[in-house]
Amino acid sequence: MRLLEKVFLKSLWVFHLATGSCNNCDIEILDCLTPRHDIERFGMLLTGSIKHADVLMVTGAVNRQCIPRIKRVYEQMPKPRLVVAIGECALSRGVFMQSYNCPMPLDHVIPVDVYIPGCPPRPEAIMAGLLKLIERRKENRAETGRENDSR
Amino acid sequence: MAKTIIPIGPYHPLQEEPEFFILTVEGETVVDIDLRIGYNHRGIEKLCEQQTYDQVTFVVERVCGICSTSHPFAYTQAVEDILSIEAPPRAQYIRTIIAEGERLHSHLLWLGLAGHFLGYNTIFMWAWKLREEILDVMEILSGNRNNYAMFKVGGVLRDIKKEDIPTVQKKVDSIVPTLKKLRSAVMDDPVLHARTKGIGVLSREAAIDYCAVGPTARASGVARDIRKNSPYGVYDQVDWNMVVTENGDVFDKVLVRLGEMFESVKIITACLSQLPEGEIDCHITEVPPGEGIGHIEAPRGECFHYVRSDGTNRPERHKIRAPTFMNLPTFKKTVIGGKIPDTVITLAAIDPCYCCTERMTVQDLKGQKLYTGEDLIRLSQEKTDQIIAEMRR
Ligand code: SF4
Repeated sequence: MRLLEKVFLKSLWVFHLATGSCNNCDIEILDCLTPRHDIERFGMLLTGSIKHADVLMVTGAVNRQCIPRIKRVYEQMPKPRLVVAIGECALSRGVFMQSYNCPMPLDHVIPVDVYIPGCPPRPEAIMAGLLKLIERRKENRAETGRENDSR
Repeated sequence: MAKTIIPIGPYHPLQEEPEFFILTVEGETVVDIDLRIGYNHRGIEKLCEQQTYDQVTFVVERVCGICSTSHPFAYTQAVEDILSIEAPPRAQYIRTIIAEGERLHSHLLWLGLAGHFLGYNTIFMWAWKLREEILDVMEILSGNRNNYAMFKVGGVLRDIKKEDIPTVQKKVDSIVPTLKKLRSAVMDDPVLHARTKGIGVLSREAAIDYCAVGPTARASGVARDIRKNSPYGVYDQVDWNMVVTENGDVFDKVLVRLGEMFESVKIITACLSQLPEGEIDCHITEVPPGEGIGHIEAPRGECFHYVRSDGTNRPERHKIRAPTFMNLPTFKKTVIGGKIPDTVITLAAIDPCYCCTERMTVQDLKGQKLYTGEDLIRLSQEKTDQIIAEMRR
């Protein structure tokens, strides 16, 4: 498992799921790929299939139609897996708090590892969040000498 | 031949209205398309009725991240229509500058993604790199990269500082040479011609029948642009041209958008140089009972807002019609009869849909064959490679 964890953190593949967002968060994620920010230098890659993904990036104010689908996508993800909530919508539903169609924030649906606030967060913030995630996992491993529970 | 059903969607990022397409294909040819919308429903119209007039501007800004100027623009116009007032001239200029900046970034975003679906990742990277410059401009002007929060009933929230104008002008000018390069890259490339010319044709009559709006209509020779037909902001005080082409295929839609980017640069430059002094807000205190409409030309077409007031501090009814709602049904005309590898770019051509392709699945009626969205993009990219190979021969 040690080796797996080491390899895992070297190259995270990211799957992006929009659950009723206004697109801005999604665009900022794509923006991370483009020449100015170029997230690929950290070994991260946006993948088109959940079965290849290590990280699930969720944007948007989770709406009623999405809830079962988010769960399904999460279940299809291979372990170890990480979930990142991006933007105010996924964190707390933001301006859509009172909407009849957005009953709960994302962390009531699936467990979330990192929260990146902002409406939308800047690409720099998204990268910083992901890098912190990697750092923390590495530290944890050094401290406890064992693996994180790979949910 | 057995018919095959291809469900596309419903979730795809990057777009204001996720929708679910059902393509029916026979072999390689698309014979029917059906459409369901309502997957990204957040109840915004209802939400607006619970917010005060000032708060609604921020809610409608989040209808769509790419059009985060168009919706507040149309909404403030609708409320100003109830009040029968007009924002002060300086505010009108600032609004126009922000709206055109948004058009620039939106068209660049589209161009990049269209390039990606055709297998031209270079165009994707170029266009998005250029788009960063525009976002810088927006950040200088409004403090935000997206969701600018510049609008307010009766004016704008922030002024443009005098000392920022030269920087903004320089940045805007600096994108022109690259834009020209991009344009010639598109115009001169025989492969791009082969992939987009005569594909997904929307005839003039069909565009009128389906009430197409924005670049989708203008590419089919329908001279319909709210900025010219029913001027708002300061579009009647600056010099610019409507870009209209005749053929209605994907190539023409690219041309219209490329042309509009140059016009946007022209409008921004003119606005910055003519910017009058004065107030930026006319301090509204209450909204009387009544109803009002506001319509503006968003990057994708006409965006329409209707607001009814009952004299309280919240709208009684707020109706939004986004441009893509009008453009989507044109798929019935453009996609049918086309080939599967071409659907990706045809769907992308009206600009809602570059991302639906990420979640496409192709499935035959008995469930034997399964393509994913990636396969469809791959099919599209392979076709480009094939054409390149044939041309080399
Ligand atoms: S957090 Fe803001 S930018 Fe992101 S999806 Fe929600 S409303 Fe849009």
